[in-house]
Amino acid sequence: MSGPVLVFLEHVGPDLDRLSLEAVTFAASLAQSLGSNLEAVAIGGEGSAGLRLPRGVATLHLASDARLEPYAPATWAGVVGAAADAADPAAIVAPGSDRGDEVLAHLAARRGLPFAANVLSVTPGPSWRVVRQRWGGSLLEDAALDAPVRLLSVAPHGVSAAEPTVDAHPEVVAVTPDLDPSELVVRVVGHEPRESAGVSLTEARVVVGGGRGVGSAAGFAQLEELADLLHGAVGGSRVATSLGWRPHTDQIGQTGLRIAPDLYIACGISGAIQHIVGCKAAKRILAINTDPESPIMSVADYAVIGDLSTIVPAISAELRRRRDTAA
Amino acid sequence: MNVLVCVKRVPQTGGRIVLTPDGQSIDTRFLGFTISPHEECGVEEAVRIVESQGGSSTVLTLGPAEAEDQLRDAMALGIDRAVLLETSGPEWDPVSTAAAIADAIRAQEAANGPFDLILFGNEAADTGDYQVGIRVAVALGRPVINGIKGLAFADRADAAAGAGTRRIALARREAPTGGWETYELPLPAVLGVKEGLNLPRYPSVPGRLRARKKEVERVQLGASPAGATGMGAGEDAASAGEASNAVPGPTKLGLRLPAEERSAAEVIGRGPDAAAAVVDLLERIGVAGR
Ligand SMILES: Cc1cc2nc3c(=O)[nH]c(=O)nc-3n(C[C@H](O)[C@H](O)[C@H](O)COP(=O)(O)OP(=O)(O)OC[C@H]3O[C@@H](n4cnc5c(N)ncnc54)[C@H](O)[C@@H]3O)c2cc1C
Ligand SMILES: Nc1ncnc2c1ncn2[C@@H]1O[C@H](COP(=O)(O)O)[C@@H](O)[C@H]1O
Repeated sequence: MSGPVLVFLEHVGPDLDRLSLEAVTFAASLAQSLGSNLEAVAIGGEGSAGLRLPRGVATLHLASDARLEPYAPATWAGVVGAAADAADPAAIVAPGSDRGDEVLAHLAARRGLPFAANVLSVTPGPSWRVVRQRWGGSLLEDAALDAPVRLLSVAPHGVSAAEPTVDAHPEVVAVTPDLDPSELVVRVVGHEPRESAGVSLTEARVVVGGGRGVGSAAGFAQLEELADLLHGAVGGSRVATSLGWRPHTDQIGQTGLRIAPDLYIACGISGAIQHIVGCKAAKRILAINTDPESPIMSVADYAVIGDLSTIVPAISAELRRRRDTAA
Repeated sequence: MNVLVCVKRVPQTGGRIVLTPDGQSIDTRFLGFTISPHEECGVEEAVRIVESQGGSSTVLTLGPAEAEDQLRDAMALGIDRAVLLETSGPEWDPVSTAAAIADAIRAQEAANGPFDLILFGNEAADTGDYQVGIRVAVALGRPVINGIKGLAFADRADAAAGAGTRRIALARREAPTGGWETYELPLPAVLGVKEGLNLPRYPSVPGRLRARKKEVERVQLGASPAGATGMGAGEDAASAGEASNAVPGPTKLGLRLPAEERSAAEVIGRGPDAAAAVVDLLERIGVAGR
């Protein structure tokens, strides 16, 4: 039998974040195809022993040294490495998050192992095969990943996520890595809360996106108004952020955010692949564009053809009118 | 302050990507070339740091002879020096790339003095491996953080330096739960930059002319030490160069386009008169906000 699959998990209190749920789901199916166990490694205080995990995790390697919080990439990689020394895994899986990719890159560098980021599927065998995303997901790569331990991160929103259960009770094993003070140098030393109060782009059920067609920073007021009425959030294309119409933190796409709302309303956005990879996980896309031939038309589910500066306020007005009549 | 920025030449893809018949690469016959937006911000930051604090900026790439264009683009924006690690043959995997860049940095530092700061993109535009900068930092034994969108410097009293002070990079990145987190890295350090760190300038005409005359230092590397077909786990890996008895990989076998998930959009209206149809749709899918 091959060694287990070890999955690195990120959590807030007892709850795994969304990408970690995806990673553990991915790791569970890999363990199943190997006929081996699923083990997890997490970092956090005492309370983390009560992590809400999906069923199927046999062992939880838990590091709860106070010096491991807050986040310190090299040390966290040391924890995953120590868990791997105990578990002797065939593969180590991480969420495709900033931290997941960073921790595995550190571990890979220190152990002289290859690391495949943003993997969509993996097929074990005499030579392991992975399908991974390139260009933020607009291109797929078939690759071989051969090493004593295979390190891979799971492409965000590329796989579905299992629901956590409260009745999953893995055996909890303490991880006590040797902490090298030099590796603790790079760690989070401060935290500033989010500036804006509204719902965040990655959590909003509706996102209103604006591109060059919005025309100016002031033009975004109409999009804000619509988003407010829908309890949604406003994002932008790279053109909108590089012209300074929107802050960069609002950019959707390959070098910005990946969003997965129920509805994405793309206003004055042409649909370049680098933008689309950031919004294609939306359940539905509505495009508002003057150009019926624009590439966004082959990506969107619905379209309204015309000038957004008259259409967007008309939608807001209609929403208000129906609310007033309902009240 | 001496700053190095590493960039990678990639095709400028716009609409649909077209592959070569053998499925090994993007058909670039009708495409221009560029670097990642993350790396553009890295170039801009290097220029700004040297403008405000003095020192010298260097741009480095590992790639084909044509990657000289991307080095000249960076010099047109104000980068002082350029180094091309010239390769031939199929693309290099990230392990071999990082080992070669680390070797080149050691050679550059031996000849021209140390870099206080080495900037990478958070991830390359094409392969998106999320690792070359971190591997280089680990090979050089320097502190590193990825994903930065804010950067400042400070001088701190440093016990190790006796009564002296040490320069610290104050790096900012988005926190997983929203907001920002800050990191302090003693120099020399390595940073992975994300787009949004700054707004890169456009090249000026005199800048372009100056860049054309500047010299590009070339180092011939040839084909990837990992070999075109990759090597088995470990066995031959030691020959991949002294910087790594690391196992190279992942080894590309081929590329393909993802299956198209969506077909043509249903046009539900034209102009402001479409508002009623849009709100019907919002209500139908349950996102009308109430
Ligand atoms: C490596 C790399 C990474 C990138 N990463 C990203 C990324 O993360 N995010 C991103 O967005 N881009 C990214 N880009 C840039 C991308 O290729 C496009 O340049 C960009 O997305 C185009 O933005 P746009 O759609 O707003 O502008 P345009 O392409 O100029 O489109 C404007 C659209 O607005 C329509 N329009 C104009 N006026 C009106 C009006 N009054 N009413 C309605 N419609 C109107 C036009 O018909 C057109 O379709 C990246 C590029 C590269 C090379
Ligand atoms: N061939 C290369 N030449 C120079 N720098 C590179 C090369 N490949 C990757 N890099 C740098 O490493 C960063 C991360 O790349 P990657 O790990 O491949 O996603 C890139 O943004 C570049 O700054």
